[in-house]
Amino acid sequence: MEATITLRVDGEKHELTVDTRTTLLDALRDRLGVTSPKKGCDHGQCGACTVLVEGRRVLSCLTFAVAQEEAEVTTAAGLAGEGELHPVARAFVDNDGFQCGYCTPGQVCSAVGMLREAAEGWPSHVSGDLEGPVRLDDEEIRERMSGNLCRCGAYANIVAAIREAAE
Amino acid sequence: MSETRVMGQPLTRLEGERKVTGRAPYAYEHPLTDPLYLHPVLSTVPRGRLTGVDASAAEALAGVRAVLTPYNAERLAGAGDGEFAVLQSEEVSFHGQFVAAVVADTPETAREAAALVRVEYARAPHDVVLTADHERLYRPVGEDDEGPASDTEEGEVEAALERAEVVVDQTYRTPTEHNNPMEPHTTVAVWEEEPGRLTLYDSTQGVHVVRASVAGVFGLDPERVRVVAPHVGGGFGSKGEAHAHDVLAAMAARVLPGRPVKFALTRQHMFSLVGYRTPTIQRVRLGADRRGRLDVVVHESVEQTSTVQEFTENSAMCSRWMYAAPHRRTRHRMAALDVPVNFWMRAPGEAPGMYALESAMDELAQACGVDPVELRVRNEPERDPQSGAPWSDRQLVRCLREGAERFGWYGRDPSPRARREGDWWVGTGVAAASYPHLYNPGSVAVVRYGGEGVYEVSIGAVDIGTGAWTALTQIAADALGVSVSRVRLRIGDTDLPSASVAGGSSGTSSWGTAIVAAARAFAAEHGGAPAPGAVARASAGEDTVDEGYAVYSFGAHFAEVAVHADTGEVRVPRMYGLFSVGRVVNPRMVRSQFLGGMVMGLSMALHEQSFRDPRYGHVANGDFAEYHVATNADVRDLRAEWLEGEDPRATPMGSRGVGEIGVVGTAAAVANAVYHATGVRVRDLPITLDTLVR
Ligand code: FES
Ligand code: FES
Repeated sequence: MEATITLRVDGEKHELTVDTRTTLLDALRDRLGVTSPKKGCDHGQCGACTVLVEGRRVLSCLTFAVAQEEAEVTTAAGLAGEGELHPVARAFVDNDGFQCGYCTPGQVCSAVGMLREAAEGWPSHVSGDLEGPVRLDDEEIRERMSGNLCRCGAYANIVAAIREAAE
Repeated sequence: MSETRVMGQPLTRLEGERKVTGRAPYAYEHPLTDPLYLHPVLSTVPRGRLTGVDASAAEALAGVRAVLTPYNAERLAGAGDGEFAVLQSEEVSFHGQFVAAVVADTPETAREAAALVRVEYARAPHDVVLTADHERLYRPVGEDDEGPASDTEEGEVEAALERAEVVVDQTYRTPTEHNNPMEPHTTVAVWEEEPGRLTLYDSTQGVHVVRASVAGVFGLDPERVRVVAPHVGGGFGSKGEAHAHDVLAAMAARVLPGRPVKFALTRQHMFSLVGYRTPTIQRVRLGADRRGRLDVVVHESVEQTSTVQEFTENSAMCSRWMYAAPHRRTRHRMAALDVPVNFWMRAPGEAPGMYALESAMDELAQACGVDPVELRVRNEPERDPQSGAPWSDRQLVRCLREGAERFGWYGRDPSPRARREGDWWVGTGVAAASYPHLYNPGSVAVVRYGGEGVYEVSIGAVDIGTGAWTALTQIAADALGVSVSRVRLRIGDTDLPSASVAGGSSGTSSWGTAIVAAARAFAAEHGGAPAPGAVARASAGEDTVDEGYAVYSFGAHFAEVAVHADTGEVRVPRMYGLFSVGRVVNPRMVRSQFLGGMVMGLSMALHEQSFRDPRYGHVANGDFAEYHVATNADVRDLRAEWLEGEDPRATPMGSRGVGEIGVVGTAAAVANAVYHATGVRVRDLPITLDTLVR
């Protein structure tokens, strides 16, 4: 079964016809040629496909494209302004927060979404207090970024990058 | 090399901006018109024969372009009888082997059609369980075979064990482990009938390696096979050779000329098709005097391989060079089981082997009442115990002693289960690390002067996350005596000069040597004022490594662990590694390589284990939900440092490899710290809660 939908990706509007089984991730990668989000597992287990939907982090392999009609999707490629990097992405480069780079666009989107969650006072598993502002120390960053696997093991540098970008 | 102005600088990755935005293209992502999608059908029995494949329902589905089965697939004269013999017979040799494949217009259709293919089997009895006394055990490398000997023997081992004042005799086990690079193995194949040319966009550690294998399988002139891999999402060994999926993608492309066929393995496929680390059962026997001076070292390892193709892990090798002892034996035995083909996984041999040896050394230290750092220092060999050659640059003692200082090792109470902090038992552990200097001669580099001070440097190397794009540019800049901005590096394509694999921590050594040779040739041929278009070409020589020396890297790992008194949960609040690897070409990236290796070692210690179901022969936990790897929250205070140095006997850059040593010994440091914290000696990885709660 097919459906014609409109996706808004990195500020651009696309009308496309998709199989209703198509995930947002496959619609982006296979149909629109937007390959910034990566496929590491296709099962919501690794975080490589993380994008921002209306500013919130979403695993694009776990949502159908048809469910994102008209939603504003931002990938790591769309985070940057013209000719410059988003501060989080910049901090990843400066702190060597990656090696092979395959988990990286997902890490960057996840970090941007996470910083907003923390700013809005969302507690995590390691927050001592469920109310009030979040103090984003390393333990909080590690916990909140643990949905994004990095097989190259760049975690220490990822935390350093996010700490730097958060300041 | 005379002057090093660029090597040693902590440049950020040259391709960094493209990676953090996701614009660097990996194998699946090259823009190609009208691609088709392949989805395979895998065997569901561990051994037997196909008795029929019914593809009619799949073929009837709209959008299906081809269904490949053993009954219609191209016969591959050059495939041999190993893992490349894809769809060549009805024989099933392991669970998860290719038995058919569908190519369709969309990935959804391909997957649905693959599920409609009916496969019938005649099952045969199978055996997938490795045991220490398995009836099929054999000696992998016999007297007349090539390759490192399976067995070594010196002195009077049994007599020395008899008379030793202190003996450690223990068996250590490591499980099946899967590499699981973040980018699943992917091949996009395009076959052009005229002029008969195959292009593979491949996720590989060696474009020329894949080209040679695939050209051989299909009987093609290698010049007619092009392999492209500008960026690769990790490999850790599993992408060190072509695998069956490269062959399958190419076969499908040859059925559908002109159309790119995209084949990205799923995470689940990777548990049977792209290699893994064999389980090991290692018996280590150490005999020493009361002060911990070794008189005898025996390291015997039992490992598995597949019936399809042999791969030897060689876990006991490390005991040939680590410590001095007049009486020594190492031995490898293997059983060929009805399991998938095993292959390289980061530090094959050394990673499991040093877990066993360095755990046994800790047990010896405990038995003798000697500090574990001091015990290793006491057994430092002056020369390489196996060859008798002098060391080029053995810095193990410094790594241990200075590492101990920097970690804050000294002053600890050596007794186990002595330190309690709240609900947690706390302990510290140490282990040595080592990795041989491997070098592959024959890589070729070309230097071309483009005018206006800019040099183009070409070599078919691959960056799998090691930092090759940047490190090779730095090496080229120093070799040519120019700044980094004057070097245009080209890698990742068989259209470029031939290069060896990114494996065995040999990439930078082997390719860098070729680049230095090409730069020297360029200077000799064209002098200091070359004309635009001037070219020179050279290959990395056979005699680069000084044969008169034993060339190895060394290091020391220190770990602090906390084990929850009630639940047995293990946390690793601190890990520290101090390494000696010769000259460090790029400190920022070398540090990342060490840290990454240590994280994988931590993961090996605490998480990684593939459970093979003895009834059906498949891995029962074949995805990231159940095959656990270290996450961000597992890694706390993690630090890696190195001793400044250079080793011109290893390479003209003075550097040695850095990709694997970080994973060697790490698991032992963690296990030794767990013992110190709890008094429980775990000899069976990974260290899970149930082993610690008594
Ligand atoms: S690809 Fe979506 S979580 Fe792994
Ligand atoms: S950088 Fe390779 S998986 Fe994270």
